[in-house]
Amino acid sequence: MRIKRVFAISKKEYLQIIRDPISLSLSFLMPAVLLFLFGYAISFDIKNIKTCVLDQERNSKSRNFISNFESSGYFKVISYLEREDEIDKFLDSGKTALGIWIPQNFSKNSEALIVIDGSDAGNASLILNYISDIFLADKENSSKINLKIRFWYNEDLKSRNFIIPGLIALIIAIISALLSSLTISREWERGTMEKLISTPLKPSEVIIGKIIPYFLIGIIDLVFSVLIACLLFKVPLKGNLFFLSLVSLIYLFGGLSYGILISTATKSQILSIQISIVSTYLPTLLLSGFIFAIENMPDIIQTITYLVPAKYFIFIVRNIFLKGSPVNYLLFQFILLVLFSLLFFALSIKKFKKEV
Amino acid sequence: MIYVLKSFIKKEFTQIKRDKRMLFFIFVPPLIQLLILGYALNFDIKNIDVCFCDLEKTSESREILRKLSSSGYFRIKYYLESCKKMDELLDKGKVKVGIKIDKNFSKKKEIQIIIDGTDVNTASISKGYLKKIFYEKFERKNPEVNFELRVWYNPELKSQNYNVPGIVAFLIMLTCLLLTSMSIVKERESGTLEQILVTPLKPIEFIIGKTIPFAIIGFFEMSLALIFAILVFKIPLKGSILFLFFSALIYILSFLGIGLFISTISKTMQQAMMLSFFILLPTIILSGFLFPIENMPLLIQYITYLNPLRYFLIIIRGIFLKGIGLSILWKEILILLFISTAISSLSILNFRKRIK
Repeated sequence: MRIKRVFAISKKEYLQIIRDPISLSLSFLMPAVLLFLFGYAISFDIKNIKTCVLDQERNSKSRNFISNFESSGYFKVISYLEREDEIDKFLDSGKTALGIWIPQNFSKNSEALIVIDGSDAGNASLILNYISDIFLADKENSSKINLKIRFWYNEDLKSRNFIIPGLIALIIAIISALLSSLTISREWERGTMEKLISTPLKPSEVIIGKIIPYFLIGIIDLVFSVLIACLLFKVPLKGNLFFLSLVSLIYLFGGLSYGILISTATKSQILSIQISIVSTYLPTLLLSGFIFAIENMPDIIQTITYLVPAKYFIFIVRNIFLKGSPVNYLLFQFILLVLFSLLFFALSIKKFKKEV
Repeated sequence: MIYVLKSFIKKEFTQIKRDKRMLFFIFVPPLIQLLILGYALNFDIKNIDVCFCDLEKTSESREILRKLSSSGYFRIKYYLESCKKMDELLDKGKVKVGIKIDKNFSKKKEIQIIIDGTDVNTASISKGYLKKIFYEKFERKNPEVNFELRVWYNPELKSQNYNVPGIVAFLIMLTCLLLTSMSIVKERESGTLEQILVTPLKPIEFIIGKTIPFAIIGFFEMSLALIFAILVFKIPLKGSILFLFFSALIYILSFLGIGLFISTISKTMQQAMMLSFFILLPTIILSGFLFPIENMPLLIQYITYLNPLRYFLIIIRGIFLKGIGLSILWKEILILLFISTAISSLSILNFRKRIK
C-alpha cells in the first residue's frame, strides 16, 4: 500500500465533495438540527396534562378534590363540562387525555370516576403514576416506613442528560451511512469505476482513500456535537474525554466502513440508500437503547440487539458522560466495537476485491 | 394524452419489474422491520434489575424482598449481605435500582433506595412502582376518597396498540419518500431525462406517470403492513377499514409529492438522499410518533402543524384504537389533502421551470 496513492484517491474524493456544496452543507446542518430538536423539543417530563372535569356536586369537597390535581402541576383543567356524554367527546377527539367525573353524592359516599385516554400507553402509565403520587402523598406522611429515594448520576432526572449523549451516537451513525454508502455505487453507475480499476490502485488503497475525507467530516460533526452537548445543553461530562474521543473515532470508522461495504455490494445507489437506512438508521434509533430500554424488549429481540454496534457505543458514551465510569468498566463494549469496526473494514476490502 | 401517459407508466413498471433486487428491498425489509419494531418499541417497563442489600435479615426485611419480587416490576438480580458491591453494580449498569435495608431497620423503619437516573423514563417509573408497593401493600388502605380509575381505548395499556399503527405509517413514509426522491434524479444522472423530454410527454404527465407506479407500490405495501398489524399483532381495528384505506391513500400521495419535489430540486442522488434525510428526521421527531407533541415548547408545536405524518398518526390511531370516523377526523383529512395537492403542484411547476 502506498500512502501517495491513498492520498490521490482522497484528493479526488475531496474535490467531488467540495463541488457538491448542498450535500456538504447538509452534512453539517443535519447534526445541528438534530441537536436542536432533541435538545429543545423533546422532554419525557409530562406537564400540564389536559384535563376535563364534570363536577356535579359543586361544593368545597369536590373543589378540593379537583385542586389536588391542579396544584400538583401535572394536570391542567382546560374545561368544565355540563353533561356526562361530553367526557366521551373530549376524549374521543383527543382534546383532553383525562376526564374527572364527580357525581352528585360525592360528599356522602366519596366516590369519583377518573377516565384516562389509554391509547398512548406510555403516556397513560405516567399519568397513572402521577395520580397515585398525588394520593399517596398523604399516606407517605402517616406511614411507618420511611423511603429515602435518591437518583444517582442524573439527580434531577433531566431528559436532556439522557437523550443528548445517545444522540451523538445517532448522529455519527446517520452521517457515516449517508456519506459513505453512495461513494462506490456512484462510481459503478456512472461508469467511472472501470477507469479507477484500470489504474494500479489496490482495493485497500481505494477504500482507505475514500474513507479519509468522510472521516474528517465526521470528526468535525463529532467535535461540534460534543461541544453543543457540554456548552449549550450543559450535559455533565464526568469521564475521560480522551477515551470518549477514541471510542467515537473507532465507531465513526466502523460506520464508514459499513457504508462502503453496502456500496460495494449493491453497485446501485438506490439500493445502497435503502439498505443503509434499514440496517443502520432504524436499528440505531430503535434497537440500541437510545430511547427504548432494551430490557423491556422480548428475548428474541434482545438477542438481535447484540448485533447493533450502536448499542455498545451508546452505552459507553452515556456512561462516560453521566457516570464518569473508568475505562475498565467499559472494556467489554469497547472491544466489541473495535471488532465490529475491523470486521466491516475487512469485509469491505474483501468484497471490493471480489467485485473488481 | 392518455396514450402517452399509459406508455410512460408502462415503461416505469417495466423498469421496476426488471430490478428484482430492488423489488425485494421495497417489500421485504419493511415487513421484517415492522415485525421487529412492533415487539421492540415498548414503554411498558417491567423486570427492572434490582440489587437488594439486606443487613438486617429479619422476617420483615424478607417480606419486603418477597413483595418486591412478586410485584412483577422488579427482578432481584443480586442479593447481598454487605453493601460494598452495590455502588459498583450501579456504576457498571448491572442494576438500575439499589435497595438497602439497614441494620436497625426494625427500629428506624428506614429504607435507602438508589435509582440510576441515566434513563429518565425507567427511573421515574421505578420510583412510582416502589412507592406503590411500599405504601399500598404494606399499609392498610384508608383513603379519604375512593375513586375508580378507568383506562379507555386501550385498557391493558399495551403500548403495541399505540405503536404498531405508528410504525406502519412511519415505514410507508420511508419507502415512499426515498423511492420517489430518487426517481427523477436517477433519470437525470443516467442521462435518460433528455430522451424523455424530447417525447411529446408534458411535464404534468411526466410527474403523474412517475407518481402512479409508486402510489400503487406504496398502497400495496401499506395494505400488507396493515394486514400484518391486524393479524400478527392483533391490534384491534375498531373503526372502518374502508376509511382507513382511503386516508392511507391521501397520506401516501402527500409523501410521494414531497419525494418528487426533492427529486426535482436535486442534481445528484447524493443530494436527493441528503435532502430526504434532512426532511425525514424532523418529520419523525415532530410527529408524535415517539414523543408526545403536547410536551414540546409552543413554538415547536406550531411547526408540527406542517407535518403530514402528524395528521396521519392522529387518523390511524383514531381509527384503530378509538374507532372514530370522518365526523371527527374530517379536519385532518382535509389538511392532508391540501398538503398533497400543494406539494404536487409545486413539483410540477418546479419541474416545468427546470426543463425550460
